[in-house]
Amino acid sequence: MRSLHFIFIEVLQVMIVLALAPIFSGWVDMLKCWSQGRTSAGVLQPYRNIAKLFIKDVVLAENASWIFRFTPYFVFGTAVVVGCVIPIISMNLFLAPSADIIVIVALFATARFFMALAGMDIGTAFGGMGASREMMIASLTEPAILMAIFTVSLESKSTSLYHIVQTFYLGGMVLRPSIVFAAIAFILVVIAEAGRVPVDNPATHLELTMVHEAMILEYSGRHLALIQWGSMIRFFLFSALGIACFLPWGIAAADTVGEISVSLFFIVIKFAVIGVVVVLIETGLAKMRLFRLTEFLGAAFLMATLGMICFFILE
Amino acid sequence: MIKPLAFCLTKKPRYSSARLNEKLAMDFTMISPIKLSILSIAAFIIPVIFAIVIGGSRRLTIYISFSVSALASLSCAIAGLWALSNGITQQLTLPIGLPALPFHLRLDQLSGFFMVIIGLLSFYVSIYSMGYVGGLSRELPTRRLIVFYNLFVAAMFVVVLADDALCFLVAWEVMAGASYFLVMFEDGRSESRRAAYLYMVMAHVGAVLILLSFGVMAGVSTGFENFTGYTFDAMRAMDFPVKWATAAFLLYFIGFSAKAGVIPLHVWLPEAHPVAPSNVSALMSGVMLKIAIYGIVRFTFDIIRVYPWWWGALVLVLGLISAVMGVLFALMQHDIKKLLAYSSVENVGIILIGIGLSMIFTSFHLPVMASLALVAGLYHTMNHAMFKGLLFMGAGAIVHAVHDRKMDNMGGLIRRLPWTSVLFLVGSISISGLPPFNGFVSEWLTFQALLLSPSLPNQLMKLLIPLGAALLALTAALASATFVKTFGVIFLGNNRGANQHEVTESGWAMRIAMMLAAFTCLCFGILPTIVIDWMDVITERLFGTKLNTTSGVYGWMWLTPVDPERASYSGPLVLIGIIVVCSITYLLLHVRAGNIRRAPVWDCGFQKLNHKMQYNAISFSMPIRRIFGFLFKIKEQIRVSPQQRHPAFPVKSNYYLRIRDRFWGWIYRPIVDIVFLLSRKASLLQHGRIHLYLIYSFVTIIVLLAML
Repeated sequence: MRSLHFIFIEVLQVMIVLALAPIFSGWVDMLKCWSQGRTSAGVLQPYRNIAKLFIKDVVLAENASWIFRFTPYFVFGTAVVVGCVIPIISMNLFLAPSADIIVIVALFATARFFMALAGMDIGTAFGGMGASREMMIASLTEPAILMAIFTVSLESKSTSLYHIVQTFYLGGMVLRPSIVFAAIAFILVVIAEAGRVPVDNPATHLELTMVHEAMILEYSGRHLALIQWGSMIRFFLFSALGIACFLPWGIAAADTVGEISVSLFFIVIKFAVIGVVVVLIETGLAKMRLFRLTEFLGAAFLMATLGMICFFILE
Repeated sequence: MIKPLAFCLTKKPRYSSARLNEKLAMDFTMISPIKLSILSIAAFIIPVIFAIVIGGSRRLTIYISFSVSALASLSCAIAGLWALSNGITQQLTLPIGLPALPFHLRLDQLSGFFMVIIGLLSFYVSIYSMGYVGGLSRELPTRRLIVFYNLFVAAMFVVVLADDALCFLVAWEVMAGASYFLVMFEDGRSESRRAAYLYMVMAHVGAVLILLSFGVMAGVSTGFENFTGYTFDAMRAMDFPVKWATAAFLLYFIGFSAKAGVIPLHVWLPEAHPVAPSNVSALMSGVMLKIAIYGIVRFTFDIIRVYPWWWGALVLVLGLISAVMGVLFALMQHDIKKLLAYSSVENVGIILIGIGLSMIFTSFHLPVMASLALVAGLYHTMNHAMFKGLLFMGAGAIVHAVHDRKMDNMGGLIRRLPWTSVLFLVGSISISGLPPFNGFVSEWLTFQALLLSPSLPNQLMKLLIPLGAALLALTAALASATFVKTFGVIFLGNNRGANQHEVTESGWAMRIAMMLAAFTCLCFGILPTIVIDWMDVITERLFGTKLNTTSGVYGWMWLTPVDPERASYSGPLVLIGIIVVCSITYLLLHVRAGNIRRAPVWDCGFQKLNHKMQYNAISFSMPIRRIFGFLFKIKEQIRVSPQQRHPAFPVKSNYYLRIRDRFWGWIYRPIVDIVFLLSRKASLLQHGRIHLYLIYSFVTIIVLLAML
């Protein structure tokens, strides 16, 4: 019966990831509307968008190859697999040991690899442009995100997420300078990874500044729905990753009904707060020029390095 | 838990090396790994004779020759695996060589491991060659290709088996010589001759340095009076004084680096790999570079054994530089084979990161960590052989079909070459270090080794090694950009060239070989625990510790080096997870039969889209070129041709881009200039008049007489 119990927790977590990711995006969009003095469409609008796209037929370019059709499923699939691994509601996830934090970053990179290929598949200038820019941004974010994560993992002597969570959660709340720097770096990188405002504009269309949107321009119907849902999950999971590394309090240590419901409560609170922070950043900043990104991501990398230096010098 | 095959094999009684230390008593009733490998290496002579006698251009000759080489390679790989999985060490003395200097051979775990790498890849490539060589033009010297191909492969096996300096160098030179003729294959083209010349020079500079290093080691181990020190056993028995050991290390490290293509000695790779036939490039890049890695591992960990930590730091730093610079160069290329050659520089860099770390850990007496780092390096050695072999075979298939190496003349080949495209995609994912394929596993292990640095007692190293991890992450990200570009420009989008309709898929032999290599990439990616179990005997012999005591805690599904608390990765579960989720989503979405309507490309309503509007290899890498351009010597010009009516409507604009290696200007150019200067000065002595030369001889004799 014990294994059934684990499977139940795992399924619950996947359900939460699938369900909460669009609501989280809707929450961010709603706050953004409010902060700009507009009336919003409501928290559930992303659901309506996805549902609408699922019902619609697919219009596929004549020269699209199987890569183009396979990519949406793959992007969605990797996002869900990562969702099984990150400790969101419980530390004792049955599948957690199958991927550590480096694997998680690499799985997202694999999804991005296919997205970029899909962007090049149709042979339009927009697709190639998006792919090229996406890979450039990735080559700058990947060292920075791994440096931030390495600082955390040096602190906990592990790259396994469930172990990191346990160390920080059960080890008590100590404010470590290295972790603070790593957290700042992580926030900067996640803004880039999730394609949010100073780096990319998720609401953009038909601008030469777009990155992610340029790659998926030719998608329609269920394919587009999967990609959009996948990228919402991706944003949600990066936030969850940040929570696991830097704010693990509230994640259930034991799989009792009480603990799980407490952790659900904490999840809602934390994501609500993260939404507010994201909106503050996005409304406070303008979209950056593409080649200014080196400075932005360089700053993130520097923060992560500072964190690591702090770890070796102060601790 | 299901016990995999490897566990059953390792449970067999291990033979002590002393008991099996047999001399050449050819007892054919009991076949042993070393006899099997010698017989297989001898079998390579069959295709050579066959090709010389019958002639190489007939299809039957090609099939027979390459199937013999494939079988011989496979049995060498089996011999290597036999030695590796049973932990056998065997020695043998062959009565050939110079008088009183016989050839010593030795098959131990390390050579067994490299025999597996060489054997597997040359098995695949030999199968591939049946199709590839058969499809070559009849004007090309096929007979020469078969002869030198087999000599080349056989020599590589002998190098890893050699147990004395003489045998090692002889085999090394045969390997270099045979590959020289293979690079010269199309000797009608000046590009080939130039590349082969450069390759020969670099190979010989390297060989001379290795020879000198052997001289130092042999001299120190038995004195300079007699010859017995030329065996590796004599060197192994010796504890070298640090001064001599350092001299030997620097000599052989530079020598092997020239072969492995470590920056700044990499210049021959991007010249030689593109002009060689693709099956040969696959072998040169996939395994010949690894022989140099073998040399570094053999002499450092097995023969010298004790050394200061800065050796490891040197190797690590050069590895990091090679990795980052190599991948950036690869990204800038638009010639597919040149791109792959530069990517080999990158991968050799990653291998050296593992080896350098292992050296650092060894010198601080941390055997478990040293094992992890060495396993990471060796694992990447094997992985690189597989995926680079696969990619070069794929490149061969592409070049065969398109008759061009420039990526910007391709595009849309996924429809013409469905098999090649899938297999090339597997290679691209593997080389980009993405799960669930094999490149990821070794990079993951390298990351884990890099993260162990806080255990080092040296404060500076503690701090700098994690920065190395960031550089490795940068390398991996740039590698995936490189291969998105490669795959995207070659296979996706619309065709940029003219000859789309002549493009045909490669034959069955080439396809089967690539499929085997791709399958190996997947297996090494999802079953790393089994592979590491095999490699454990190597670290057990070199450091006295095994990794599998900790790596197998969770069973073969989970890879948990050092400690399951530290890190774990399960390739099979990740793969199964992705497959399950993707197929469930697919099935759920296809319950309601949604229509797919094919329509012209939308492209935001933009009209008259043509193939020139696509991103190509040069434009794809532009953002990264702009960021990292300071590392290169870039010349970029845009010339707008004379306008007709208004400057806003130019008739034609020309874009000129040239990217050059700074190292060429910094290191090679001055050397070339000095050589030319000296030869011009020396030519003053030559006037072509006999009486002048007689005076030179006379003066020489007088001087000699006076001195004696």
